[in-house]
Amino acid sequence: MTTTRRDVGPVDLLPEVRNDMSHQLRATWVVTRRELLRLRQDKARMVTMLLQPVLFIFVMGTGLGSIVDTGGGTDFRTFLYPGVLATSVLFTAAFAGISLVWDREFGFLREMMVAPISRASIIWGKCLGGAIVATLQSLVLLALLGTVGIPYSPVLIVQLIGCLFLGALLLTALGVLLSTRIKTIQAAMPISQLLIMPMMFLSGSLFPIAGLPEWLAVLTRLNPLTYVVQPMRHFTLEHLSLTAAEQERLVPVLTWFGWQVPVGVQLLSVVVITLGLITLAARVFKTTE
Amino acid sequence: MPNTVRAPAIEVAGLTKTYKSKDSVVEAVRGIDLRVEAGQTYGFLGPNGAGKSTTIEMLCTIRNPTAGAARVAGFDVVAERDQVRRRIGLVFQQQTLDLQLTAEQNLRFHADLYGLSRADAGRRIDEVLEMVALADRRSDVVMKFSGGMKRRLEIARGLVHAPQVLFLDEPTIGLDPQTRAAIWDYLHDLRQRTEITVFVTTHYMDEAEHCDRIAIMDHGEIVVEDTPEALKSSIGTDRIALRTDDDELAITRIRERLGVEAGVHEGQVTIAVPEGAQVVPRLFTELGVHIRSVTVTRPSLDDVFMTYTGRTIRDSEGPQGSAFPFAGRR
Repeated sequence: MTTTRRDVGPVDLLPEVRNDMSHQLRATWVVTRRELLRLRQDKARMVTMLLQPVLFIFVMGTGLGSIVDTGGGTDFRTFLYPGVLATSVLFTAAFAGISLVWDREFGFLREMMVAPISRASIIWGKCLGGAIVATLQSLVLLALLGTVGIPYSPVLIVQLIGCLFLGALLLTALGVLLSTRIKTIQAAMPISQLLIMPMMFLSGSLFPIAGLPEWLAVLTRLNPLTYVVQPMRHFTLEHLSLTAAEQERLVPVLTWFGWQVPVGVQLLSVVVITLGLITLAARVFKTTE
Repeated sequence: MPNTVRAPAIEVAGLTKTYKSKDSVVEAVRGIDLRVEAGQTYGFLGPNGAGKSTTIEMLCTIRNPTAGAARVAGFDVVAERDQVRRRIGLVFQQQTLDLQLTAEQNLRFHADLYGLSRADAGRRIDEVLEMVALADRRSDVVMKFSGGMKRRLEIARGLVHAPQVLFLDEPTIGLDPQTRAAIWDYLHDLRQRTEITVFVTTHYMDEAEHCDRIAIMDHGEIVVEDTPEALKSSIGTDRIALRTDDDELAITRIRERLGVEAGVHEGQVTIAVPEGAQVVPRLFTELGVHIRSVTVTRPSLDDVFMTYTGRTIRDSEGPQGSAFPFAGRR
């Protein structure tokens, strides 16, 4: 202690403390970017996540296609494609959401928790990052549009990407919300499966939602994922010339107590639910962590 | 050391943390006072469950105190939380790196979270990597690192934002002796070059010797606080350990002839006396038991710890140690 050289004093590197929006946005972006970096480090994950949707479209779609009557010349796989595309983000996004449990288990969450940032920006960063990652992973599937007889229309591609991102954000938010309550990996995996599978089947991703029995119709309308799948199918089929019979069978008509819900309202309801989930997750995170 | 002009790095008054559950109230920290001058290396010791972790967590703004106040780097840990956070570096007992990212990516993430500019971040990352001798491994994924390398990287990360106070919770736990020594070398080097205050908890008493001052905490209170030298001389006794052919007889004779109570520890007859070296000749002449070996030890920090807590620090490490169910870290 007697011979303390002081050639490097405590450097004041730190900018003025600004707890304003721009600081929080920056923190959110930092957390988001980490998710992207991790994806780049984990290329095996990118590939394996694509296997399932491909199986759905080409194996299940082809196999069932021979007994399903679409009411015209449209391939069953064409009908199936938007639904499967939507479910592809279901798994990757939910997985990205519950990675918060991993972060906690492996200690990295603590690094974020002690930083001079708000807890809400951690939650927003995890949600946005997970959603972007899940959307990016599904982009590869968009390359398959042509193989199921759908034109590579730029407008359609933009519409689909928009819907994919929205669906991904919804599921990531749900995963993050689960992670704020579930503390162990052992519990997180089965519980998320328990949630994902019904959401997938009850969204009408694999069958038309027109003419369902009452109980099933109610359940599909309660499932927020339905309002991602149906717009995607709507946009896709718009770009095809369908016969009147096909229109009736395939193009989804979603009703709430008899009111035909416009696509825009469907998407808006997803936005509202997603924002609600993120806000709730941030609140729970703040009080429990 | 006329360091009185500067404000203390850590200033604690009446700091209290009480955990309430359905049927019990646990006082993990019972109104402690503490003052750590800027530039010191300060050792914080105590058995498991003594309240050390809870105290550190309050100082690091992770937990709010039930009562009392603490200022770190001049700011209040509750009212000016983010100001404190920007000025402290933390190295936890538990590993907190992102194993999937590279060393440099981990540091950059940290720099960004703390709001460093791009140029500052780049310069600081180079400096801290150089300091812990990991500059050539900067692009490697952390998963490939050994335990010691991860620990060094965590220390580097704790320093990226040039904190005024560095908190290290058991920084050398689970590491081999060489790596432990290397880590203390870095800490010495750091203190030579900067005015940083280091607040460290450790289970290794030999490491506590590196500190300028030491506080020992037990049952939620600080039982003693001083320099390592002063603490050792406060004990005032040396320890003599004997190997004899007849321990029973030796113990009886020591009691009769020297008037000292002896015990058997680790297979040796052990007594505590002032000026141990002067007692040794009497042992040979007065015991009448064949003595195979004699060791005289000056008081160590282990003895200090034993005196003030009634336990050796190793005894206190066991799984039964945590008296406070909530005080453990998650």
